[in-house]
Amino acid sequence: MNKTKKPISTGSEWTFDLIQLYEHEIGNIAKDFGLNTFPNQIEIISAEQMMDAYSSVGMPVGYNHWSFGKQFLQTHQSYKRGRMGLAYEIVINSNPCISYLMEENSITMQALVIAHACYGHNSFFKNNYLFQTWTSPSAIIDYLVFAKNYVARCEEIHGVSAVEKIIDSCHALQNFGVDRYKRPLPISAVEEEKLQQERELQRQQQINLLWKTIPQTEREQSKEKQPGFPSEPEENILYFVEKHAPLLEPWQREIIRIVRKLAQYFYPQRQTQVMNEGWATFWHYTIINELYDRGLVTDSFMLEFIDSHSSVVRQPDFDDPYYSGINPYALGFAIYKDLRRICERPTDEDKKWFPEYAGSDWLTTLHFAMKNFKDESFILQFLSPQVIRNFKLFSIHDSETDPFYLIDSIHNKSGYQKIRQLLSEQYNLSINEPNIQVINVDLHGNRELLLRHIRTDNRPLAADTTLTLKHLYRLWGFPVRLESRFRSTTVEVLQIPSGNTTLDTNSPST
Amino acid sequence: MQNSYVIDRRLNGKNKSAVNRRRFMERYNKRIKKSVSDAIERRSITDVERGEDISIPAEDIVEPFFHHGEGGNRSFVNAGNKEFTEGDRVKKPPSGNGGGAGTGKPSNQGEGEDDFSFHISSNEFLEYLFEDLELPNLVRKELGKLEEISYRQAGFTSSGVPSKLNIIRSMKNAHARKIAMTSSLRKKLKQLQSELFQLQKSLENHQDDTKIKHLKEEIDSIKSRIKKTPFLDDLDLRFNRFEPVATPTNAAVMFCLMDVSGSMTQETKDIAKRFYLLLYLFLKRNYEKIEIVFIRHHTSAKEVDEQEFFNSRETGGTIVSSALLMAKDIIKKKFSPSAWNIYIAQASDGDNWNDDSPLCAELLTQSLLPIIQHFSYIEITEGDHQALWDHYLQVQREHPQLFSMKHIHSVSDIYPVFRQLFQKKGVG
Repeated sequence: MNKTKKPISTGSEWTFDLIQLYEHEIGNIAKDFGLNTFPNQIEIISAEQMMDAYSSVGMPVGYNHWSFGKQFLQTHQSYKRGRMGLAYEIVINSNPCISYLMEENSITMQALVIAHACYGHNSFFKNNYLFQTWTSPSAIIDYLVFAKNYVARCEEIHGVSAVEKIIDSCHALQNFGVDRYKRPLPISAVEEEKLQQERELQRQQQINLLWKTIPQTEREQSKEKQPGFPSEPEENILYFVEKHAPLLEPWQREIIRIVRKLAQYFYPQRQTQVMNEGWATFWHYTIINELYDRGLVTDSFMLEFIDSHSSVVRQPDFDDPYYSGINPYALGFAIYKDLRRICERPTDEDKKWFPEYAGSDWLTTLHFAMKNFKDESFILQFLSPQVIRNFKLFSIHDSETDPFYLIDSIHNKSGYQKIRQLLSEQYNLSINEPNIQVINVDLHGNRELLLRHIRTDNRPLAADTTLTLKHLYRLWGFPVRLESRFRSTTVEVLQIPSGNTTLDTNSPST
Repeated sequence: MQNSYVIDRRLNGKNKSAVNRRRFMERYNKRIKKSVSDAIERRSITDVERGEDISIPAEDIVEPFFHHGEGGNRSFVNAGNKEFTEGDRVKKPPSGNGGGAGTGKPSNQGEGEDDFSFHISSNEFLEYLFEDLELPNLVRKELGKLEEISYRQAGFTSSGVPSKLNIIRSMKNAHARKIAMTSSLRKKLKQLQSELFQLQKSLENHQDDTKIKHLKEEIDSIKSRIKKTPFLDDLDLRFNRFEPVATPTNAAVMFCLMDVSGSMTQETKDIAKRFYLLLYLFLKRNYEKIEIVFIRHHTSAKEVDEQEFFNSRETGGTIVSSALLMAKDIIKKKFSPSAWNIYIAQASDGDNWNDDSPLCAELLTQSLLPIIQHFSYIEITEGDHQALWDHYLQVQREHPQLFSMKHIHSVSDIYPVFRQLFQKKGVG
């Protein structure tokens, strides 16, 4: 391209015209690189509005709850202390794809964010298989509006505090309100509203059926024969409660459903953190450099860009006071960038490790990598020895009984495989989150709900597990028991209500 | 296909989180209130009207969820290896988490043990401070009796003083009048002018001179008549009209009475000061206009400014009635009870000339209590009550609505006592 071309702008101030010009050029470059996106809706907002957006999980509309207020206060506090990092952008997986640009940003930052969010994240949302199968970007905004209105209506009828209690309990269990393997039906606000009433009636009938009192004698006989309920363990605890908790009112079930649906909606984002941020970072890096190569931006623009970019992909060492684990932006960016190198300039090592990608067309390969994986499989497939060396990754084994850590493996030949596998597991939500399932309901006795926790690596549950169980108890309405098992021996049993538990779960303690 | 659009949302509301924030505050209401009353105890006097950092213990604010705890056998990956090689053994940091090579997944470990802290504004601070409090006998004076009159513009009038002249209105009228008064003349003028024009056209050689001359004369006379129409007439003048409006008086006067005799230590004065401050802040939130009168006394009373009130020190005996008398005088001179809500707060260590105490009680019941909204007395002493207390007790029995008294030992007693003094009936 023409290096002598006139740059789009020279100052650091932005205007609406400039944003549109940059957006246009960035869009052109993105098209040249084959990025396939939803239409973009770019919204300019103030810092205060950004804080609002931050504290409502980035969603433009949401039901009201104190926990969002807590988050707002937290955001506000750290913003005031100047501690807030990377509050440059928020992007919403919707169609059109909504991105927020903050008015305080310079034109360089606006361009970076447009490339990062409007083309990077946007194309990821549209093309990654998890998002394609599990989310419905065209329906989400309408569904959020439906949810907000429904919750508000419930508050009018049943009182804010009654609704708040249910939402508290649902939030405690929302990570256990997702189907990990079954594909859910796409959500639609219109459908939801239409079906909502039908569902109320129907649900109550099913529950009545399940809890129908059986004559005494028959019950005695059937006790032996009848299979347990549920017949298969259920991983989606909220779903189970919504469908089968005996005492819930229809509106309470609907609220459980809302929290569950939203948790499900965000589940793919939680599974693709490294991939998604890495992808967006890779593209803002590539696109802005391309802008420079085409002579569309100035040297001072590039200096500011490089400064921001390098703080985004900074990876502190483990002994650095700022270390807080591996930076997903840095890791994802490094993997994609190295994958491009492997395609374009493969070494012998690459040919051995990535025979099918070394020397292939880099754009095709990167798109393939973006579309068909989630973090755990992405790392398992694409984390190269080169990246392991660059990050100086090493693994530590922590055994409860040993006063020492054991250094398992480091960035050397014998360590690459092991590190790859361990890091992949680190991003595997089903290993990362405790494996807890509904095993049984005591249909004929005290209706106790039995959960089973299967321990991985003998890792126990955290100390506040009983608090979460109390929330489950509130929803279920009858005793709740959790058995923690390691290698098919029960190691720990928690029970709510226990001897000294007050039946009142009206937290907080104030 | 390019399909992007940019929207300016900056003018949209920015307080989307307000509802959620309020919900949060309501949920932790008790905790915030406690922080506020702790702060009042701690703060220096000039410093009451300011926001406050509220801190809530982490365990009270936790949102629990199922997650892993410490322990088990697991491996995790970290970045930035320097000298480790495979098989090295590294001593674990002393206690659980927080170590450099510690937990690899901080996101899984909750938010740490830090207390949750946030800031409330000065307004919110005062709201919490005064929640549930209500001034006793908070009587808004009846509208009719009010002296306070304000003027509000109410249309226009045709007479008034020059300073109230509304020029635009007046000129508008004048213009209209001129148009109306001259319309027939102008019509005639037009007609004559066209006649003259026709005539001049048809009679190129000006034969019929006389007719033209006549017409011209007539035109001139009409023109001068139009000119003579007055530019501005008395009739045109319009004046802004103002109407007196009675507004309810929202004014209060607060009398601070304090014993500054030798027996009052700096510490007791300090306690008294805080009490006055609270009272002042509280009145400020209920009345638009507040006057404060400071009266200090030993054997005689004196009206002073705030600086002197709190800072100077006298020696000698105590005659409380001198201050009461002075308050009575000042009310009579400056603060008509029909226009002012009057509050008196007195602080003392209980010392009084023995013969004076009955006189004080009499002054109160006879002269002061009938005209004021409330009298509060705080006695700050470690020792036993003296005669004054007993006489005041008697007054309180007779006028429980108007008169309240409390015994204060230390700074931390102020706020609870203040609350008790002004507690809404039926709350707490």
